[in-house]
Amino acid sequence: MNQFQYVRPTKQQAAIDAVAKDATATFIAGGTNLVDLMKRGVMTPQKLVDINRLPLTRIDADPGKLRIGALALNSTVADDKQVRERQPLLALALNAGASAQLRNMATVGGNMLQRTRCSYFYDTTMPCNKREPGTGCGALEGINRMHAIFGFSDKCIAVHPSDMSVALVALDATVQVSGPKGNRSIPFAELHRLPGDMPQKDTTLEPGELITAVDVPDGPFTKHVHYQKVRERASYAFALLSVAAALDLDSNNNIKAARLAMGGVAHKPWRLTAAEQALVGKPATEESFRQAAAIAMQGAKAFQHNAYKLKLGPNTIIQALKTAASVA
Amino acid sequence: MNEQPKPKKQIGAPLNRVDGHQKVTGAATYSAEYQLPNMAYAVLVGSTVTKGRLTGLDTKAAERAPGVLAVISHLNAPKPPGPKPEGKDPSQPQTQGNPLQVFNDDKIRFNDQPIAVVVADSWARARYAAGLVKAQYAKEKHETNLEANADKAFLPTAAKKNPKHPMNDYQRGQVDAYKTGAVKLEAEYVIPTEVHHPMELQAITAHWEAPDRLTLYDKTQGTMATRRDFAKQWGLPEENVKVIATYVGGAFGNALHSWPHEAAAVLAAKVVNRPVKLMLTREQMFTMVGYRPYTWQKLGMSATPDGKITGITHESIGQTSTYEEFTEATLAQTRMMYQSPNVTTRYRLAALDIGSPIWMRGPGEATGAFALESAMDEMAYLLNIDPLEFRLRNYTEQDPEKNKPWSTKFLKECYQLGADRIGWSKRQLKPGALRDGDWLIGYGMGVGTFGAHRGAATVSAQLLPNGTVLLQCATTDIGPGTGTAMTQIAADTLGISPDKIRFELGNSSFPKAGTQGGSSTVNSVGPATQEACLALKDKLRTLAAASNPAFTSARKEDVTMQDGYLTVGGNKDTRVSYADVLKQAGGTTVMVEAKPGGEGQKYSMYSFSVHFAEVRVHQLTGEVRVSKLVSCADAGTIVNEKTAGNQMKGGAVGGIGMALMEHALLDDRFGRYVTKDLADYHVPVHADSPAVEVAFVNQPDPHVNALGTKGIGEIAIIGVAPAIANAVFNATGKRIRELPITPDKLI
Ligand SMILES: Cc1cc2nc3c(=O)[nH]c(=O)nc-3n(C[C@H](O)[C@H](O)[C@H](O)COP(=O)(O)OP(=O)(O)OC[C@H]3O[C@@H](n4cnc5c(N)ncnc54)[C@H](O)[C@@H]3O)c2cc1C
Repeated sequence: MNQFQYVRPTKQQAAIDAVAKDATATFIAGGTNLVDLMKRGVMTPQKLVDINRLPLTRIDADPGKLRIGALALNSTVADDKQVRERQPLLALALNAGASAQLRNMATVGGNMLQRTRCSYFYDTTMPCNKREPGTGCGALEGINRMHAIFGFSDKCIAVHPSDMSVALVALDATVQVSGPKGNRSIPFAELHRLPGDMPQKDTTLEPGELITAVDVPDGPFTKHVHYQKVRERASYAFALLSVAAALDLDSNNNIKAARLAMGGVAHKPWRLTAAEQALVGKPATEESFRQAAAIAMQGAKAFQHNAYKLKLGPNTIIQALKTAASVA
Repeated sequence: MNEQPKPKKQIGAPLNRVDGHQKVTGAATYSAEYQLPNMAYAVLVGSTVTKGRLTGLDTKAAERAPGVLAVISHLNAPKPPGPKPEGKDPSQPQTQGNPLQVFNDDKIRFNDQPIAVVVADSWARARYAAGLVKAQYAKEKHETNLEANADKAFLPTAAKKNPKHPMNDYQRGQVDAYKTGAVKLEAEYVIPTEVHHPMELQAITAHWEAPDRLTLYDKTQGTMATRRDFAKQWGLPEENVKVIATYVGGAFGNALHSWPHEAAAVLAAKVVNRPVKLMLTREQMFTMVGYRPYTWQKLGMSATPDGKITGITHESIGQTSTYEEFTEATLAQTRMMYQSPNVTTRYRLAALDIGSPIWMRGPGEATGAFALESAMDEMAYLLNIDPLEFRLRNYTEQDPEKNKPWSTKFLKECYQLGADRIGWSKRQLKPGALRDGDWLIGYGMGVGTFGAHRGAATVSAQLLPNGTVLLQCATTDIGPGTGTAMTQIAADTLGISPDKIRFELGNSSFPKAGTQGGSSTVNSVGPATQEACLALKDKLRTLAAASNPAFTSARKEDVTMQDGYLTVGGNKDTRVSYADVLKQAGGTTVMVEAKPGGEGQKYSMYSFSVHFAEVRVHQLTGEVRVSKLVSCADAGTIVNEKTAGNQMKGGAVGGIGMALMEHALLDDRFGRYVTKDLADYHVPVHADSPAVEVAFVNQPDPHVNALGTKGIGEIAIIGVAPAIANAVFNATGKRIRELPITPDKLI
């Protein structure tokens, strides 16, 4: 582990300045991801700017949306009454992640910015373009059981590991950001990027930009929702693949609106808009779900060890939609 | 004569662990927790290549880093005077040479092999400086894939040299008779590398109390074995080395061996002339302290249409390192479990550029049982016979391998107990017949066995002035509750309550005992405890005779100890106070060695178990959940129902891990593991484990020892993985022959 400086500002602007003016500085929130990466030598910040003293922990139930502070804990959000009533899908996705101990430390901002769990990224002796551009992708011809089937490049086939983000992209959330150039909003689907030629860049955030909150707009998805996470042990494991599903059904069980996103398949949480559209107007039956799942998987491509995702993907979509539809 | 009420019998009772309170409150001291004055801290630097030579080592920056006391490598390490590792016989793998070799030469034999150790005045500083050491290598082509090296597999050297060695090919009846059988099965099975990962990391604190006196606070399963290894390495008399392991936070076999990091700590303490503490990281636990070896197996079986086995051939290739020939009893169960006139076994090794393996719970037998018990299920399906019925038709009433009677065998009783509890009668032979929505339900069984081993052990006993009896033995307790079981045995033998007994262990200066492993501790230390207690009574009798002649002719069994007095059979008129006895010259201490006799010549002695699993497999996602697990054991006398039950449950959970998730994945291009922590290497969490039901036959074995015990630790896991794999087949019709059974293999 490298030596580093540590500051703990109480003013938002001071925190932003500290990171914006120093290319070797990084924000730290819960530290559950960053500290691990520092111990492994994967991230070597010279300065840690601890943001835990900033007043960003509130969950505000505004008309039309929930505004969740970037420092709200994963466990607090998952247990929040407003969140459970207005955005149950988000609560489900949060509770599917990590363990109770980790959720008690992890923040909403840190969760969406957690880095890939790709083994090659984590091992500084192995090639990884994300960690060290130009060294190659270790996973491309290596052990790629956990890796992407959508949106990858020949530079990087890693996946984004967050469960929460899969729900947020499905729910059309917006990220509130404050940076050296002022404040801006980023639609959640545009926060994370595909690897392309620059896998070292996970997101569209500019240096020094601080996430202050995430807004989740109210919608009709308060009942028929499900987060289906597939993993080889029952808890405390990253997803092999996951699906966030939300349905709005009319009295005849026909689909008025649908939201669908997948985790564990791409460098970003993977929204399935075409499949959503295909569901609208259809009866909420296994047959409709099967058709939507087939549409969702168009363009998927597997590597040596992850071909199972081509089948697990549609199966999990069907299972998630079936469960969502049957939840009363 | 007024009879005292007889004290409650302790053997069999569910006594709470005598050290439970210390363990749960943090008062128990583990090897990384000893604080010695002037202590220094060591951190290992590992090789980042898998094979080759170290051509350069730049330690300047590390040496200049704050707080650093020394950077030790092959360039400057003092060479211990003990036997030189080079030229040692690799067929004698138990720490005879190479395993203790560290910083001995510039050769790289496996990835993450320690190439240097940095010693500093704090752990953080040592760790920081370790990151500054830069190495250059001349790389050579490495081999880490077993299948790719199967053509070079060889018979272990020990077997080549000695035709009686158990690793030789075994033959009963005709060679490969299964090939001409009426109903025939041939299948290959694979177990990946699994890593022990006890909760407590490997750690050692090494202290040279004088230039020729070494004390080690070490995580080890054998204080005597570790003492012997380091005495030998440093050319010291054994009594000059003391090894303390009062508490061990789980081991599962991982501390059966002395490892390079221990040797490094001892060297470092010598160089800096201060006590040195060294603790491995979880990542290092994958690479340098053993694992269950990757093993390929092929099993051929034939049977008559009415379900009599006519031939079995079982072959295996297990992985070992290039510098030690590690062997285990993978094929043992196949030779004795079922009645078959023709049995062939062939055991081979493949030497790979990976650190040495070491026995992991249920060592080779658990690996072998996966193939054998899966094959039994496959054959039952070929014959269209219930798998339990098929096993009964091939039950052995005496050992077909050694042609001896069993000392005891109550496996049929276990079958009955288990079948009742799991509800075997609900099971449908046809796969996929039972379901609950999208969950397919299946039932499977797997059988386990392990030798009822017993070794020599010595225990001392002494009456203390406060009326407590102090017992001591060098044995360790890696978790089964050894101190608790011994306390119960002593309580019954002495006729006093357990809270008047203190059983001390985990110290090589105590009377000697073997290493805790192979389910042998209660079998060995139990009788020694019993005999030491009887000897103590006899000693007290002779001492009391000086005060009261009634003791002169009393039998030692009749000496009664209560409320600070000795009596003959409770007769108040014969009372002699402890104080009077303790006044006599010579003290009360007795020391007794108990050894196995000739029983092993007459009988074939084994513990047996059967595991029944109910699983649910999701037909869309391929997830497997074990919804019920019943483990039944014939392990002789059960000394403590609670700790024995714990052992069985722990083994069952280990078996769930083996069946469904444990898998150390290595990228052969680099020779490095890609699973490096417990987020990647999965072991079961609570949600993966149903409430395991345990039942014991609890029939004493009159031959293994006077207590009637046979051993539990290994049979708790042997047979669990195939029970689950067989249940998955029953649920889905899919036969998974390569563990672990992950969702990708089922959809
Ligand atoms: C063993 C284990 C298992 C896990 N399992 C799961 C799982 O199953 N599913 C899952 O989704 N996650 C899982 N996680 C990951 C966990 O959810 C993340 O570690 C956590 O959410 C990160 O939050 P944090 O506040 O601790 O972030 P930190 O570690 O503090 O920060 C992470 C990154 O975000 C940046 N950052 C933090 N806050 C801000 C902000 N407000 N503005 C700008 N940048 C910021 C930091 O600079 C850093 O780069 C697991 C983690 C572990 C260790």
